[in-house]
Amino acid sequence: MSTLSIENISMRFDLPNGTHVQALKDVSLELNTGELLSVLGPSGCGKTTLLNIVAGFLAPTEGQIILNGHTVTGPDAERGMVFQQGALFEWMDVRENVSFGPRMKGQNEAQWGAHVDHLLDVTGLGDFKDKAIYELSGGMQQRVALARCLANDPDVILMDEPLGALDALTREKMQGLVLKLWKETGKTIILITHSVEEAILLGERLLVMAPRPGRIHKEYNLPFADMGVGADLREVKQAEGYAETREEILEMIWDMEEEIMGRSEDTK
Amino acid sequence: MIGLLILAVYVAIFFVSFLVVRFLVRRTTQDYTSLKTVTFGDESAVTSNRVASIVSVVTIFLIWGSFTGSNWVPGFLHAPGPFVGETSFTYTLETEDGTRDDATVHVRVFDFGETAQKFDVDEGDGIAKDDAVAMSASRSTTILFDKNDEVKRSDGARVVAIDGVEFNGSRRVKSPAGSFSLTDKGAISFAPPRGLQMEPIWLPPPEAVVSRAVEISNEGYRDSTLWKHLGYSLFRVILGFFFGALLGIPLGYAMGLSDWFRGWFEPIVEFMRPVPPLALIPLVIIWFGIGETGKIILLFLASLWIMAIAARAGVSGVNISKVHAAYSLGASKFQIMRYVIMPNSLPEIFTGARVAMGVCWGTVVAAELVAASEGAGMMIMVASKFQLTDIVLMGIILIGVIGFAIDILMSKAENLLVPWKGRS
Repeated sequence: MSTLSIENISMRFDLPNGTHVQALKDVSLELNTGELLSVLGPSGCGKTTLLNIVAGFLAPTEGQIILNGHTVTGPDAERGMVFQQGALFEWMDVRENVSFGPRMKGQNEAQWGAHVDHLLDVTGLGDFKDKAIYELSGGMQQRVALARCLANDPDVILMDEPLGALDALTREKMQGLVLKLWKETGKTIILITHSVEEAILLGERLLVMAPRPGRIHKEYNLPFADMGVGADLREVKQAEGYAETREEILEMIWDMEEEIMGRSEDTK
Repeated sequence: MIGLLILAVYVAIFFVSFLVVRFLVRRTTQDYTSLKTVTFGDESAVTSNRVASIVSVVTIFLIWGSFTGSNWVPGFLHAPGPFVGETSFTYTLETEDGTRDDATVHVRVFDFGETAQKFDVDEGDGIAKDDAVAMSASRSTTILFDKNDEVKRSDGARVVAIDGVEFNGSRRVKSPAGSFSLTDKGAISFAPPRGLQMEPIWLPPPEAVVSRAVEISNEGYRDSTLWKHLGYSLFRVILGFFFGALLGIPLGYAMGLSDWFRGWFEPIVEFMRPVPPLALIPLVIIWFGIGETGKIILLFLASLWIMAIAARAGVSGVNISKVHAAYSLGASKFQIMRYVIMPNSLPEIFTGARVAMGVCWGTVVAAELVAASEGAGMMIMVASKFQLTDIVLMGIILIGVIGFAIDILMSKAENLLVPWKGRS
C-alpha cells in the first residue's frame, strides 16, 4: 500500500546569465504509510529542493507528487514540516505554538486541549507549556516544533535537518525521541540530514543522493531504526552491520565530494 | 573670549573629576564584567558610568549658574561679575590756548534690572566742572563731559588725559575705573569692567528660567498657558503620527506582500523619504494655511514614509520558515497575515514608530517656529523677538524633556508589547 509517490521529478532553474541548474533529474520514489525515510547526500545534491517540492513550496518542472490519490499542488496540513530552526512563533508561548494547527482550523480548546497536553507531556514539555519560546534551549525549541507538527495530525512529516543545529548530546536524546514518536504515531516521515550516523540510526530506508544533477544514487533498507525504538542508541551503534554500512556510505559521499572538488578545480 | 574660558573650565572639570573618581571611588561589586581584564575594545564591558553622568549634569548647571551669577551657586564659585556701584575718574581738559584743568566724573553703575537713576554732584570750580553719570552694568556710555564746562568742545576744548594718563583717544586706555576712548566728536566713551558673567539678556540664570516657567504655567504667554502651548504641540504630533501610521503601516504591508503595490509605490516612497519634512513647510503653508490642518498634514507626511518603510521591512524580515510552517499547519492567507506577518513585523514597526515620533516632534516645533498661534515652537519664536531669553531657554529645555520622555515611553511600550525583540 503506497501513500506517497514521487514520480519522475525533475527540477531546473534558469539563471539570469542564460545557463541553467539541474537541481533534480528524474527522481522517483514510493513511500508506504509508516515508513521512515532518511535522505543523505553532499551539499548541492537537491535533497532540500526535493523536500520543498514534496511539501508543496516549489512546483517541479517535470513529474508530480501524489499523496493519498491526489496530486500535490501547494502546502497543506496533510504534510507537516519540521525545520532546522527559526520556524517557531516567538509571540506565542509553547502551548499556543503547539496548538497552532488545530486553532487555525477553528477548533476550540475543548477539541484540541487534551491532545495538545498529551503531546506536550510526551515531548517532555509539560512543565514548560507557559514559557516563551525565547526562554527555551535549542533542544527544547525543536521539541516544540515536533509537537506542533504532530498536534496537526499530518499524514506525512517532512523534516529538514531538524537536529542539525543541536549539540551532540542533545542531538542523541532527540534522535531517541524522533524514533519513539515515529513508532507511537505511525506517521510516514521523510528526514533530511547531513549526519551519516543519524541517517543510519533513524532511517528505516536510507536514500543517498548524488549531485549535478541531483539524483538517487543508492537506496538501503536498514534494521537499526526498529532496533533503536526504546533502546539505547549507543548500543545500536555496536550492532552487527552498523559500522560497515557507515563506512560504505561515508566512502560514497567522500568520493562524491572529491569529484565535485576535482571538477571545480578543473574549471579554474 | 568668554566662550573659550568656559570651554577650558568644562574640560578641566571633566579631567579633574575623572581623576578624582578614578582614585577615590572603587568598584564595590564583583560582577562578571568587573572581573574582565580586557575592557579596552570590548564594547560589552563598557557600561555608562553613573558618577560621570551625575557630574556631567551638575557641571552644566554649575557653569550655567557660575557665569550668570545664579543664587543657586554659592558666591565663591561665581565668575567675576560686572562692576556695580560707585566709581569715579578725572579727566584733563585742554583749551585751544593750552590751559589745562582737571574735573572728576562720578559714575553710579546700577545692576541688571535696576533703572539707572540720575543724581547730582557738587560741580566744583575751574574751567572743567565735575559730572554725574548714571548707567547700567555691562554697558558703555558716552559722557558729554563739557555740558557744564566753561569751555566746550565747540570752542576747541578737548580731553588730553584720564586719571593723569595722557591719551589722544586713538585707542582704548584702561584705568582702575574702567576703559576709555574718545568718540569721533571728542566725547568720552566709558565702560566699567564687564567681568566674565553673561548678561541675562544673553543667558539668564537657571532660577530665572524656573520662575518664568512657573509664571507662564500660571498666567500664560500669548493668551495660552504653558501647558496649553505644549499640549497643542503634542496634540499635533500624536494626531499626525496616528494618521501617518494608520495609512503607512498598511501601505508598507501591501508593498511587502504584492509586487504591484511595491512597483507602484516604490518610486514615490523612495523619492519622498529623503525629502526632509521641513522642506515641505512652505508648500503646506501655501496649500493649507497656518492652521491645524496644515500642521497635521505635515506631520502625517513626516511619519507616513517612515512607517511604510518600517512595515515593509517588518514583512521582508519574516523568516520564510515561519511562513512555510504556518502554511504546512493549514493556515490561510488571512491567518498568515494575522498570526505570523503582523506579530513578526511588530519590532520593526516599533523601531519605525520611535523614529517617526522623534521626527514629528522636531518637525512640529520647526513648523510652529514658522507660523502658529499656539505651540512650544511659537512660544520661543515670539519670545525671541522680544529678547525674552528665559522663555526661549525654558521652551528649549521643555522641548528636549518632552522629546526624551516620548522616546522613553515608546521603548517601555516596546519592551511590554514585543518582549521577544532581538531574542529569536
